[in-house]
Amino acid sequence: MPQLTIALTKGRILKETLPLLSAAGIEPSEDIHTSRKLAFDTNMPNVRLLVLRGSDVPTYVQFGAADMGVSGKDTLMEHGGDGLYSLVDLGIARCKLMTAAIKGTPEKEGRVKVATKFVNIARQFYAEQGRQADIIKLYGAMELAPIMELADEIVDIVDTGNTLRANGLEPRMDIADISSRLIANKASIKMKHSTMQPVIDAIAHAVKALT
Amino acid sequence: MINVDRWLLPDGVEEILPTQAQGVEQLRRQLLDLYRSWGYELVIPPLLEFTESLFSGVGRDLEQLTLKVTDQLSGRTMGLRADMTPQAARMDAHSFVRQGCSRLCYADHVLHARPKSPLAIRTPLQAGVELFGEAGLNADIEVISLLLESLSKVGIEAVTLDLGHVGVYRVLTELSGLSVLQEQEFFSLLQTKDQAEIKQWLNDNVESAESRQWLFALSSLSGDESILQQAQGILADAPAEVHAAIDEMIEVAGVIAMRYPTINRYFDLSELRGYHYHTGIVFAAYAEGFGDAVANGGRYDYIGECFGRSRPATGFGLNLTSIISLLPLDDKQAAGIYAPASGDNAQWQAIQRLRANGERVVSGLSVVIPDFVELGCDRQLVLVEGEYLVQSV
Repeated sequence: MPQLTIALTKGRILKETLPLLSAAGIEPSEDIHTSRKLAFDTNMPNVRLLVLRGSDVPTYVQFGAADMGVSGKDTLMEHGGDGLYSLVDLGIARCKLMTAAIKGTPEKEGRVKVATKFVNIARQFYAEQGRQADIIKLYGAMELAPIMELADEIVDIVDTGNTLRANGLEPRMDIADISSRLIANKASIKMKHSTMQPVIDAIAHAVKALT
Repeated sequence: MINVDRWLLPDGVEEILPTQAQGVEQLRRQLLDLYRSWGYELVIPPLLEFTESLFSGVGRDLEQLTLKVTDQLSGRTMGLRADMTPQAARMDAHSFVRQGCSRLCYADHVLHARPKSPLAIRTPLQAGVELFGEAGLNADIEVISLLLESLSKVGIEAVTLDLGHVGVYRVLTELSGLSVLQEQEFFSLLQTKDQAEIKQWLNDNVESAESRQWLFALSSLSGDESILQQAQGILADAPAEVHAAIDEMIEVAGVIAMRYPTINRYFDLSELRGYHYHTGIVFAAYAEGFGDAVANGGRYDYIGECFGRSRPATGFGLNLTSIISLLPLDDKQAAGIYAPASGDNAQWQAIQRLRANGERVVSGLSVVIPDFVELGCDRQLVLVEGEYLVQSV
């Protein structure tokens, strides 16, 4: 039976992914949360799990280093999804991708400065809106950028909106609803179809049962 | 420019070192000999030509992949070929006229202005065949068989053949009355197989419930042979062209299964690579250990129209650069004989005799004793009692 490698996104998504894998009959052979290891064997001899930083998951799957993966839709949109199938909406880690600006400020005319870690999404979104945007790549604490007048607007993940409000910002436009997806390498699916399809079906079934 | 930068090659541009070059050349010869034995004639298309001919018809998708220069003589734009299929199509339509089928093959470098996928080489070696002048399924079957034969010839086992047909998608999208923009949106969604998004999009964009159901079904119609029967069921009320397309797939798959029973077969009604110029059966080959297709092909009828001669056509291109990376590297140098530097004409004649017999003989240039491993020599020529003999080193 061919080897199957599944790349998981660590953190909150991982916690919500494990019950779905378990429903599909895949259990890591040791406690993923406490171990410092990055690759884990499972109760199935041909299935291996990798625990990666979210933005690396599509890369591993795209190059075929992993056959399948769990990745947030935000990460997938930013990555572009070339060479990947996005098979199942897992319905976990739900949030929104939005633009935000300082509360009450009018929309800036002409060129707008946008701070974000989602450079590609932001560029495309503002282009679709017919607005010329200068994108500034930041790695965290987006909310600070408008306050310090580094940017006019930000593009970021919004869950409850508390962080925005606490910093005097307000959400402006919805870009996309985000949740985690089960992704797969196109070549893997074609070559290992009989091994992968049952796992995909079981996970899809578990998602349905939970909602 | 600091010193270390001078020898760097551009990103994705590859040089092929001796050991590998030997393998590449062997592979190329094996394939061209194979194609010759099937009646395919070798052509050597030019390295560059005017972009008008490179981008018409089958080359429409290649514009961004093609590196362009201005011709100093005519002032027109020329492109360095990114694919040899359009060139073969032009040659069939214009350079020589055959009443019957023409079977062409080629193997050479192509150039991609940017990597086709991340980490891909921008100067890949492409080998391929094109079969012009036959619209029937026998042509598709011949070309797919030749592709599988090519892979088995060069020693690639565990091959998956991915079979599709652009006709199903084309008829169903035309039927549902999507605008050009909508069709493009649906196309890229379908390539991700993201069923949640596809369902949502169809609800927002397609009025007819039947069309919605058919288009949605495309996203799940992939897998083993059973999906073809499934497709017949789900698309039972779809136009006859759809069923004709599925029947074509069944027939081709049947013959291939008989000829190559060990090949793993995969069917996918939404795999639409090159959809813009393909017109019928499309296929790709995947090999274990490589995360992308090693070969792609399919039918592209009537592409020659833009060159004034419209003919049915099918063919495939094989990425030799990726195939080389899958084959075990033969790193032991061919055996050879070292002949120490000498002014003796008898030695020269002995060397020439050995070479004529197919031996590899490396002449010494000075009295310094060489590194036999580096030279790849396991024997040497020594003078024993007035006679030149070959002895092990």
